[in-house]
Amino acid sequence: MSNLISHAFKKAKSENRPALLTYTVAGDSSKKLSLEILKSISKKVDILEIGVPHNTPVADGSQIQTSSYRAIKNGIKVNDIFRIVKDFKKFDKSKPIILMGYYNMIFQYGENEFLRKCKISGVNGLIVVDLPWPENKKFASKCKKKSIFFIQLLSPTTTKNRLKKIIKDSHEMIYFISMLSTTGGKLKVSSKEILSNYNKIKKINSKKNVVIGFGITEKTIKSLKKADGLVVGSAICKEITDSIKKRQNPVTNVYNVVHRLKNKIK
Amino acid sequence: MKLKKRIPVIDQGDKLGFWGGKFGGNFVPETLKKPIEDLEVLFNKLKKDKNFINERDKYFKNWVGSPTRFIKLENLTKHVGGAQIWSKVVSDANGGAHKIYNATVHCLLAKRSGKKVICGDTGAGYAGKMLSMAAKKFGLKCKIFMGAKDIKRQQPNVKAMKKNGAEVIPVYSGSQTLVDAVSECMRYWVANCDKVAMCVGSTVGPAVFVRICGWSTSQISRELKTQLVDEFGSIPKKLKLYNCVGGGSSSFGFWNEFMDYDKKQCEFIGVEAGGPAKSKKHAAPLTYGSKIGILHGAAQYVNQNTDGQIEETESISAGLDYPGISPLHCFLKDTKRARYTAASDEEALNAYKVVTKFEKLRPSLEPSHAFSVAISESKRFSKDTIVVVNSCGDAYKDREIIKRRLGKKYV
Repeated sequence: MSNLISHAFKKAKSENRPALLTYTVAGDSSKKLSLEILKSISKKVDILEIGVPHNTPVADGSQIQTSSYRAIKNGIKVNDIFRIVKDFKKFDKSKPIILMGYYNMIFQYGENEFLRKCKISGVNGLIVVDLPWPENKKFASKCKKKSIFFIQLLSPTTTKNRLKKIIKDSHEMIYFISMLSTTGGKLKVSSKEILSNYNKIKKINSKKNVVIGFGITEKTIKSLKKADGLVVGSAICKEITDSIKKRQNPVTNVYNVVHRLKNKIK
Repeated sequence: MKLKKRIPVIDQGDKLGFWGGKFGGNFVPETLKKPIEDLEVLFNKLKKDKNFINERDKYFKNWVGSPTRFIKLENLTKHVGGAQIWSKVVSDANGGAHKIYNATVHCLLAKRSGKKVICGDTGAGYAGKMLSMAAKKFGLKCKIFMGAKDIKRQQPNVKAMKKNGAEVIPVYSGSQTLVDAVSECMRYWVANCDKVAMCVGSTVGPAVFVRICGWSTSQISRELKTQLVDEFGSIPKKLKLYNCVGGGSSSFGFWNEFMDYDKKQCEFIGVEAGGPAKSKKHAAPLTYGSKIGILHGAAQYVNQNTDGQIEETESISAGLDYPGISPLHCFLKDTKRARYTAASDEEALNAYKVVTKFEKLRPSLEPSHAFSVAISESKRFSKDTIVVVNSCGDAYKDREIIKRRLGKKYV
């Protein structure tokens, strides 16, 4: 199974740098603005993660919560998110898109219908925060049939035995949570320790593209550039919040942040 | 879907923690998989360990105060003029509510696992107050997450928590009530699960928390069974057990030991919070047919919109103000072992007025919901029907609300 996500990693590797992944919440702060942000950062980013906002997020820190509540308050619905993806793909069809969210949203939509809509709108991968392995086995194989990557999450608490089993069942991309934290926590462990955990995963299967996320900011990104990919989420959500507070244009400000992030890992 | 006999309901889930194949489970971030598995291993081992059970019983007896009273409400029975109305006064327990059982067991487990800090959620403040008491008793540091709205309306319990040395962390996200407190507490655990133990305040959350809580509160029905036999010589032929249901911890514990009896002999009636009579909002997912969804790690009937966003609830009683319901109760509903209905804010207040007028008993607003339905149904029952209402909390915490809604003389 190969899809746009694999190509994005290949391209980054050929340029001798990690892939840059960003996370923004769909509909933050409006449907229109979130699409504009995606379009403007697209050329700097290898893979776009789009958050499906949920109002009882058990793994998100305050930045992403704020973005999610703002998007929900402004009326975002699951169908709007598919529309945003579709509109974005009209603008840039080669850029891979991953939807990231909580299982209840998929469950209510219906797994099959959700995947059908993913396929038509151009979603390339899914991260479901609260559908861990082995509970996700059935859904992950449904994704595979549609050539959509189901991205398994690994954490510093994942035991070695479990690591092996999850990696075996994983598709080409894996998400490693850098530390014990919700999203947007301050990096409380050294990059050396994170990379040593990362290497344990790579040792089990070096072919999988492993990205590191949680706690990555302009300050910390450089120290982790050995990874296959790096995800920045909360730092971007915070920029949107700050821009709104300062009555500045979030699109320009987010672009500038992403631009600086990219320069740090070149 | 079938309820099995002679197997505790808490142990009737499948390998992945689902009751009836679809309620419960472990919808949690990967980070929590290991700590949850560790807790499962520990709990499964200790619940079979005689020393541990003796230790639990020792604390339940000498510290919690067991058994709590089982009393006949003579005047209320006469006033209603139907079934005999009794009450299991669980609010006699140390701290004033059933939450002490779960809190004690979680602290005992935390001690065994070597953790020095315990965190917990609270709505009405009882779960938090009891956890702060137990944590103090067992020498653990304690952090309590509580919605900012609940902090305002349940001040007596907030003061008690602080007095016990707990840190009370206000939660400002979402509706600022129990649902947000549980989310915030789980987030805190995600970030600190290597050093901190978590206590979920009711029979909700990932499967192991549902099981631990149900196992703990079952003390209530163990006592009641003995008390019924002492009083009547055997379990009465027509027994009806009324209990309020928010998350569902007190009702499950009140019913557990009677699970294997035919429901014609022992009927279970769960009373959810219907919210203000004039409001469309409620906290009664079972009564009003909410769809199955995922909340706080478990599949359950839950108030939500078509997209899957959890809906805000409304109830005068903070302890019942939760959009979901224990997977155990979903299971009991779908197997038809228990019957569920709702009482409105006004009905609960009225029941409080009636009970306090006739009896020396001050049920908090949560059990007042159960009293409301018990009183109205008892009228049409025969005199040999034994109605028992679990008075699982004391109204002290509700004095401000009662003063405002009913006037000073009812406080």
